Amino acid sequence: MEINKDYAVQMRGITKIFNNSVALDSVDLDVKKGETHAILGENGAGKSTLMNILYGLYGADTGEIYLNGEKVNIYNPSCAISYGIGMVHQHFMLIEKFTVMQNIILGTETTDKFGIINTRKAKKKILDIISRYGMKVELKRRVRNISVGMQQKVEILKALYRGAEILILDEPTAVLTPYEIDELMEIIECLKRDGKTIIIITHKLKEIKKSSKECTIIRKGKFVDRVEVQEESEQSLAEKMVGRKVKLSVEKKPAKAGEVIFRIENLCVKSERGLDAVKNLSLSLKRGEIYGLAGIEGNGQKELLEAIISKRYAESGKILMGDKEIQNTSVRNVLDSKISIIHEDRHKDGSILSMSVADNAILDKYRKKPFCVNGFLNYEERDKFTDSLIKEYDIRPVNCKNTKIRNLSGGNQQKLIIGREVSSNPDLLIAVQPTRGLDVGAIEYVHKILVRLRDEGKAVLLISLELDEILDLSDRVAVIYDGSIAGEFTQEEANEHNVGLLMAGGKGNDRENS
Amino acid sequence: MIEKIAKFLKTPFACTSIAVVCGFMVACGILLVTGYSASQSLAIMVNSVFSRPKFIVNVILKSTPIILTALSVAFAFKAGLFNIGAEGQYIISTVFATIVGILCDFHPAIQIPLVILSGVAAGAIFGGLVGMLKSKFGIHEVLTSIMFNWIALYFCNYIALSERFNKPDSDGSYPINPSGFTLLLNDWKFSDQGREFLRNNYFLNDVILKTDFNLNFLVAVVVAVLSWVMIYKTKKGYELRVAGLNPDAAQNAGINVPRNIFYTMLISGALSGLAGALSITGTSLHGIQSLAMFENYGFNGLSVALIAGSSPVGCIFAGLMFSALIYSGQSLQFKIGAPSEIVNIMIGVIVFFVALVRIVPSLINKFLERKAKLDVK
Ligand SMILES: Nc1ncnc2c1ncn2[C@@H]1O[C@H](COP(=O)(O)OP(=O)(O)OP(=O)(O)O)[C@@H](O)[C@H]1O
Ligand SMILES: [Mg+2]
Repeated sequence: MEINKDYAVQMRGITKIFNNSVALDSVDLDVKKGETHAILGENGAGKSTLMNILYGLYGADTGEIYLNGEKVNIYNPSCAISYGIGMVHQHFMLIEKFTVMQNIILGTETTDKFGIINTRKAKKKILDIISRYGMKVELKRRVRNISVGMQQKVEILKALYRGAEILILDEPTAVLTPYEIDELMEIIECLKRDGKTIIIITHKLKEIKKSSKECTIIRKGKFVDRVEVQEESEQSLAEKMVGRKVKLSVEKKPAKAGEVIFRIENLCVKSERGLDAVKNLSLSLKRGEIYGLAGIEGNGQKELLEAIISKRYAESGKILMGDKEIQNTSVRNVLDSKISIIHEDRHKDGSILSMSVADNAILDKYRKKPFCVNGFLNYEERDKFTDSLIKEYDIRPVNCKNTKIRNLSGGNQQKLIIGREVSSNPDLLIAVQPTRGLDVGAIEYVHKILVRLRDEGKAVLLISLELDEILDLSDRVAVIYDGSIAGEFTQEEANEHNVGLLMAGGKGNDRENS
Repeated sequence: MIEKIAKFLKTPFACTSIAVVCGFMVACGILLVTGYSASQSLAIMVNSVFSRPKFIVNVILKSTPIILTALSVAFAFKAGLFNIGAEGQYIISTVFATIVGILCDFHPAIQIPLVILSGVAAGAIFGGLVGMLKSKFGIHEVLTSIMFNWIALYFCNYIALSERFNKPDSDGSYPINPSGFTLLLNDWKFSDQGREFLRNNYFLNDVILKTDFNLNFLVAVVVAVLSWVMIYKTKKGYELRVAGLNPDAAQNAGINVPRNIFYTMLISGALSGLAGALSITGTSLHGIQSLAMFENYGFNGLSVALIAGSSPVGCIFAGLMFSALIYSGQSLQFKIGAPSEIVNIMIGVIVFFVALVRIVPSLINKFLERKAKLDVK
């Protein structure tokens, strides 16, 4: 395609090599002015890297960038900002202790002659933007006290405040609740109407269909195709991206549930602030079934999980693994009772970012044979094990054993964690949002693994905010509302309507009503 | 070629060297400004360390406590803890080693371990208490450490001036009983036979007779290597690093983070304690003095650990350099009257640059990227 001034962004032949592994290999990107353009690709395909280059965080090894038909040289983010490019990163970059307002003006403060920051003008400008795009943000709150969805709006505001005309959103919806996603879609719509150009990276095909006109697909660092979204189905998009047939729905045989392996009886747990977060909750899991726990964020899921793994005190009630009571023991005891957990926040709870992939691979089993013999770590076994995980779970790049896990793409980090937990051969696997940030191919793979575990006679407790995933995967679905189980369904009974109703606090129990 | 140089410049060794050179340059600048000849000063400094075997040995001997307190700080740092209490742990150890060394008098085979262990134990208890206060009540280790430093200082003064231990007409204690000395060849070198032998050998005479010749430095080296093994090769070391880098994930992996904090501070305190105990047994006056102010063995350990980037083996070399700087600073004052503080400034500048050169690797990356871009064009 010609270099043309109808295009806000055109990238040509972008190549980027990280210590001998090719992250991008001569990639082209063409984004029309005033449109929303999606970038689709597997985990580790190089999407974030491509955008980081556009934003000036990395320099490309070769390649050219044109903005509005003119060749530019973007050598750092402030340069990108001066060209009107703004970026919201996959992992947010806010200062937790600052207020929303302080975060937004950080680095662009205007001061009076005494060097005191003049916030009046800034505030007016911010309020202008807020009202123009209908964003609900409280400027005075500290960032650490606001929800993830709110933080994201702050990131967007930050970019707009700096005069962004081209806005890059790197997996903006991975961490949002369904309601927040709808809100975001509206904001995007609003921005587009205002003439802004938006580049969005997401693994959720539905969102691409909803938000974007065109979509660029990259695979393993190479440009694959540029398509009109309307002319493609979700299925065909997925296949172009992965390069093979994928099943978007889960395939599984009917469950063969065995004896009860895990039980919670009348559990009560208090939250951080001393309020009752889990109230008289009871549930039981059988071998050979996937038990999905649906619910809107903040209904006691967090406290429930922490109580199960003995990180939080159970005020009353019992948690039983087999016949053994495990409440209020220790995390180590829980892990040793053959329970494995895939945590929701992979950076905070599931990995040590500045340690190597290999060191992270043994995080849950470093103290067991063969990784530890007589108090000494066996690095050979560790490396062998890591290699096997990399191979089995298709973690990319293949030679990443000694790189810091921080340098893996988000999806590949998650694959490593899932592989690590599953390889411990647990009787109960607790998976909290296990597919967050994964591409459809990887999601298919994770779902397959969960089903395989189930078929091997293990129990799987799936806690997820994504209703689709729960409905697709679970043999039984329960809804947690306000700290208790509001209702339980078999997979056949459960549907978006009756589960959704309970999630929202509806009293009607469909089984009794219908 | 440029890439190769760039790669070398990214290594910790190169970064630290750059920092040291910068430190020297700033010091020279200050000397010039204050009216001393920089080249002469440098010559004196180099001379005062290398010109006689005795000097070299003294630098090595003096580095021992600094290396050990640096190890203590570095060890805690690997677990995400800031042991600013190394000073107090060092002092309390000298106090208890002195008390035990004076009160008891056994055969050296018992006396020496006894004295050293009581010092180590005192340091460990001091460190452990700080750890316990943090793990049980969440009190920050820096706060408690600072208070413990003062407790140690005043307790030291109390003992040094107490009736039982004070050596009359001095503000220090008696020396410990000689059975607790860890000096090497001490009896022999002062015997007629020994003197006779040494008189004919300039080198040995200088090294053995004129110094507190002992093997403490070797102990420090062994302990440094053991610390390295412990941190990087053992299960406990892995737990410690994980807990230091990400306490949340550590807890989820079944690591008892509070207990880990306690043990880390216990070991860290023991290392500082070892520094104190070895100073008592290995160097004269073999006792404690009443202190008006801290002697900085612990705080210097902090600087050394920083310069070494918390690498246990790096602590050995950084400690040696530090000791050489202090030693040469004294002769700078002695020879040309330049204030010995110049050396403190130099050390400060080096620490400052060590922190600063952390950005060298990313600067180099930037440079390489620019260059790559130019090459493309
Ligand atoms: N700073 C870095 N150092 C080394 N390798 C890197 C670095 N950043 C990215 N990579 C590698 O480049 C490749 C592309 O990573 P990138 O983060 O762009 O993937 P992505 O498409 O955004 O994936 P995801 O959907 O999982 O976020 C990966 O193989 C990754 O390991
Ligand atoms: Mg990414």
